[in-house]
Amino acid sequence: MSTSNSSGERIITFGEAVREALAEELRRDETVFMIGEDIAEAGTAFKVLTGLVDEFGPERIMDSPISEAGITGIGVGAAMTGMRPVVDIMFGDFITLTMDQMVNQAAKIHYMSGGKFKVPMVLRTTLGATRRSAAQHSQSLHAWFSHVPGLKVVVPSTPYDAKGLMKAAIRDDNPVAFFEDKMMYQTKGHVPEEEYVIPLGVADIKREGTDITLVATSSMVYVALDAAEMLDEIGISAEVVDPRTTFPLDKQTIIESAKKTSRAIVIDEGYERYGVTAEIASVIADGAFYYLDAPVKRMGAMDVPIPFSPVLEDLTVPTPQSVTDMAKMLTGVV
Amino acid sequence: MAKKKQPPAPDISSVDVEQWLHMYEQMVKIRVFEEHVNDLYRSAKMPGLAHLYIGEEAIAVGVCEALNRDDYITSTHRGHGHCLAKGAEVDRMFAELLGKADGYCRGKGGSMHIADPDSGNLGANAIVGGSAGIATGAAMSIKKRNTGQVAVCFFGEGALGQGLLYEVMNMAELWKLPVIYVCENNLYNEYTHYSESTAGDFMARAQAFGINCVEVDGQDIREVYSVAQQVIERARRGDGPTFMLCHTYRFHGHHVGDVNRSYYRSKEEEDDWKTNRDPLKTLSEWLIGQKMAERQLFDTIEADARSEIEKAVEYALNAPYPDVSEVEKHVYVE
Repeated sequence: MSTSNSSGERIITFGEAVREALAEELRRDETVFMIGEDIAEAGTAFKVLTGLVDEFGPERIMDSPISEAGITGIGVGAAMTGMRPVVDIMFGDFITLTMDQMVNQAAKIHYMSGGKFKVPMVLRTTLGATRRSAAQHSQSLHAWFSHVPGLKVVVPSTPYDAKGLMKAAIRDDNPVAFFEDKMMYQTKGHVPEEEYVIPLGVADIKREGTDITLVATSSMVYVALDAAEMLDEIGISAEVVDPRTTFPLDKQTIIESAKKTSRAIVIDEGYERYGVTAEIASVIADGAFYYLDAPVKRMGAMDVPIPFSPVLEDLTVPTPQSVTDMAKMLTGVV
Repeated sequence: MAKKKQPPAPDISSVDVEQWLHMYEQMVKIRVFEEHVNDLYRSAKMPGLAHLYIGEEAIAVGVCEALNRDDYITSTHRGHGHCLAKGAEVDRMFAELLGKADGYCRGKGGSMHIADPDSGNLGANAIVGGSAGIATGAAMSIKKRNTGQVAVCFFGEGALGQGLLYEVMNMAELWKLPVIYVCENNLYNEYTHYSESTAGDFMARAQAFGINCVEVDGQDIREVYSVAQQVIERARRGDGPTFMLCHTYRFHGHHVGDVNRSYYRSKEEEDDWKTNRDPLKTLSEWLIGQKMAERQLFDTIEADARSEIEKAVEYALNAPYPDVSEVEKHVYVE
């Protein structure tokens, strides 16, 4: 259900924005179809796709067996032969089961065939902890796909971005992995009625500032924005940069922001080691070295399997407070 | 081994002598091609790996002769025979094997990744069983686009160890997809006899899904072709997938360098297959016995094949390598 804000703009949830993008593309292009576990009548475990099967029928919103590798492989073959499949993988943790099809097949087919075949496919899945779902339903594994040449990776943070980026992902001729934070499905934001597409590889400055850059992805954007508010109260002006896609990565926007502020923290919910934060921190270190007044800091998920107990789980992810503390340290404010 | 399920009686009366001779030409082409691959590799003119198809020619040719040019195949690391049987040209095949710019994949794929949209070849695949998803996805795409095509997935009996195959066979039967799973049982998973790796009965594995199952002598192209025709027509009619088990033998080693094979199979066994179950000899002797062809005709066919292939090798050896600028091309569709 959409509502309006004080400016009369339409407000919908992140989940509704994703559904709207899918519905629009399903309507626009008859080669688009979806396949996944419990996506039709059940509308996915998170109910994001509720109603799509009523409009598009079970031939285009296909319930599949619990066979992640199989449906991903079927997506690859269908994409090579004229279709634009959206493969729905219920939890991001289950991408481990799709790895050969994504890494050895989808990612390489265009290159291995000397450019003759393409794989215009979207793998749609989730990320994010703090839902008390324990170690096999809480991971943020988008770095894994970001590592592989041939794949693109989208990590939207707002309903507006989710819709525009999903439409771009479906229209892209490459395999694209689209990660939605399952804790954000009820997050509300402005999404216009009229159609728009957001190109992959363009970062968005979510808040302007002058003293420190917070590069944040997916739900960590909200953590960064909350931290920026807290920092503002003590006189530190934080800029929040949302890359929106980890590949292609908009290095220029990130570097320019770090040059301007001279300090940077990179915040991402993937495991900290060998992850997205490491990659982006190295981009900043390389591109803004002579402008930096402090080492680039990284904040990711703690390098432990995500624990179940709430008191333990909450320790594993960055929070507005922990980001604020880090920013205070970097800016020398105690 | 499975009790032999009697295939439908092969009806070969409608096949005229010209067709049989064409199939013989195709089989000879593959054999002579592979002999030259062997020579190129052993004289250090060919980089990488080569897995020869010699001994199994009747399967690729028998199945592909029953297909149309726009039908799809997926192939394996031992894929030269499938690619040629589906319509690839020998000169561009050799160019690819030598890493040359004129190769089917601009030299970027090599022996194990030949792909050619013009002949419906969705690609050879170097992950055992790795193309089962692609072939099944192509079959789903065929059904959605309602084109009346068929997809054939070639794989060796080693792929029976891969879970992906069972995931997609389940979906293929569930949704009556037009795909034929052609299992080439050449007895050895690399250097291990299948009896050491495969419990139970080959056919029962597919029968468990309710898939139509047929079993043929893969050394006899008359049987392969007539059964392939029946199951392909069945798939085209919309009656669903078939699992086609073909008994065959790899006359050479797992790859060209696999020369000392006594630790996994005997010389006597190899000699028995080469002497008594050579698919080329089986067809030519039958045609001679039926007085459909003179013996010298087969010598002429072979001489023609040798001359064509020698020219192709010459062409490929002299063809240019890709420009170094190619290395970053085709990672993504622009």
